[in-house]
Amino acid sequence: MARSIHRVLTPANTRSRRGADESRLTQWLLIGIAAVFVGLFLVLPLVSMFYEAFRKGPRAYISALTQESTLDSIRYTLTIAVLVVPLNALFGIAAAWALTRFQFRGKALLTTLIDLPFAISPVVVGVMLIALFGYQGWLGPWLRAHDLKVVFALPGMVLATVFVTFPFVARELIPMMQSQGTEPEQAALTLGASGWQVFWHVTLPSIKWALLYGLILTTARAMGEFGAVFVVSNRIAGEMPIPLWVDNLNADHRGSEAFAVASLLAFLAVCTLTLKAWLESRHQHEEAAGLWTTDSPVVNSGESETAFTPHTPS
Amino acid sequence: MSIELRHISKRFGDITAVRNISFTVGEGELVGLLGPSGGGKTTVLRMIAGLETPTEGDLFVRGRRMNDVPVQTRNIGFVFQGYALFKTMTVFDNIAFGLRIQKQRCADIAARVEELVKTLGLEGLERRFPHQLSGGQRQRVAIARALAPKPNVLLLDEPFGAVDAKIRQELREWLVQLHDELNITTVFVTHDQEEAMEVSNRILIFSRGNLEQLGTPREVYEQPRNEFVARFIGVMNVLEMTVSGGIARLGGLSFPAHGHSEGQTLRIGFRPYAVQVSMSPNEYRHQAILKHTYFLGIMLRLELETPDGLVVRARMSKEDYARLKLEDGMSVSFQIREYRVLAREGEILTPEVSIAHPTVLGEGI
Repeated sequence: MARSIHRVLTPANTRSRRGADESRLTQWLLIGIAAVFVGLFLVLPLVSMFYEAFRKGPRAYISALTQESTLDSIRYTLTIAVLVVPLNALFGIAAAWALTRFQFRGKALLTTLIDLPFAISPVVVGVMLIALFGYQGWLGPWLRAHDLKVVFALPGMVLATVFVTFPFVARELIPMMQSQGTEPEQAALTLGASGWQVFWHVTLPSIKWALLYGLILTTARAMGEFGAVFVVSNRIAGEMPIPLWVDNLNADHRGSEAFAVASLLAFLAVCTLTLKAWLESRHQHEEAAGLWTTDSPVVNSGESETAFTPHTPS
Repeated sequence: MSIELRHISKRFGDITAVRNISFTVGEGELVGLLGPSGGGKTTVLRMIAGLETPTEGDLFVRGRRMNDVPVQTRNIGFVFQGYALFKTMTVFDNIAFGLRIQKQRCADIAARVEELVKTLGLEGLERRFPHQLSGGQRQRVAIARALAPKPNVLLLDEPFGAVDAKIRQELREWLVQLHDELNITTVFVTHDQEEAMEVSNRILIFSRGNLEQLGTPREVYEQPRNEFVARFIGVMNVLEMTVSGGIARLGGLSFPAHGHSEGQTLRIGFRPYAVQVSMSPNEYRHQAILKHTYFLGIMLRLELETPDGLVVRARMSKEDYARLKLEDGMSVSFQIREYRVLAREGEILTPEVSIAHPTVLGEGI
């Protein structure tokens, strides 16, 4: 009895540990399982891929990355990203604006539909595009009449990527814009600002971190998307983005080249994660400072609240 | 006439937020819109600002019909309940916002902001961001921002709602002082009757979309137009009594009720300050136990319970309380000096009845 009381009163135990009172053994067991999982399924494959990529020496690695088709695939991937990211920034802001600032019929449906790309298999996205834009599809005759090629070409891959990455920006902005409310925007209106000025000077600065975060996720996904793009690509070397090119090399039993190009994608992913972590820490920092929450009266800085005597303008 | 509303109504779908309201606010007046939440007072304020459009009626500011004038060109300063400061801008940029929108010259903007910073006691905070300010400071920044473009009218939505009680009192006095100095027509919304009484030249009392009464704080307190106002402004004891033989009774309490039919229900209201209490159980007509004393500062509120279980609230100063040597649990006697017969809700009230000679009620009544 006396011992347990003593235990409770030691400073280390003053913090509530209710619900976390598992024994040492359980703790280590759980941490061990997590570590083994991460090691086996994340670290080991990554290490082995980099090992295989460099097995034939750095020269082979570099030549794998600098061969014509790889450079083409990099060009394709960047083109897709450059087209998709602004498009989805625009769509995302518009969707978030509509969903948080207006009341309209079908709002709940639209909110749900924004998540559709998360739920649907990318293959379905590709097939849908073929059904719509393929020469046998709905718009096929019109496209053929105007000599336009959408699927099995770059436009189709861009459309597929737009679809797949659509939710990222909107999903980041909606909760942010909801929590901020419309009062600052209304305040700007009463001060004479036009709708565009309100957006530019008030709304955009207050959502910029969330927007940037959404754009990074969009970029990462746009560069890494495989399934949907695969369906609508013509699979000709030199006309496919990096993920498809890696798959192509692999299928051709050009393993070490495939690993080398894949390592490039993995490197991009690591960059994204770092950027994301940095943004999150910034975001949290500002949130802690109250920049993102609605106004709560925080008394700080020892500033006296009693000094209210207004000064008579002379 | 600074602001004039003529038969203004506002409906949101099937809900009528404001019903046929007309009033005027004079140049330089400080007017409080008072009422319980959902009373329509904030909607009225937002219509004056142009953030809502009236469904019916005409709205004038300085003689100009404003119904179709967009919010941007109304030149009205609006202070939101949560202040709605621009979080990504410094205090200086917040205050300068309206002036920059007007594309004023940099030097003019700096001079105007500096003037407001001085007037509102914000010196040294120009480079701070809103999250680095206290509640009171944020409010002053919000007011400075609204005043910067020299608006015709200043509108404040629950200006003291978001600060704690201690600061509230100081802010009230400060607002009155600021208004005296700037002499700008000011309309503010509050649900706190004490606040409205203390700050405003005139009070407009709203309930469920109706304008119940308009008057000086003294008028609405002493001559409430109906039961809602009487009960909303200050504390009131309300007793529901039954008339028999020309007398309204409830338990041991009774009031003359000539001209009221037998069996009719009569509502009697009286203010706590109209209840006189004595420590001697026989000095006044009614006996009671002093159940509880609430210390409200200089004034005390007493809860008396009659032998029939009726609870009557009385009010007296600390000095009187000490002089009468009162204590919780004591047997006391009390009388009601003034009361009024409350009509049904919405009906006009009859004037208060003073009981000059309490013995008029006589024994046996």
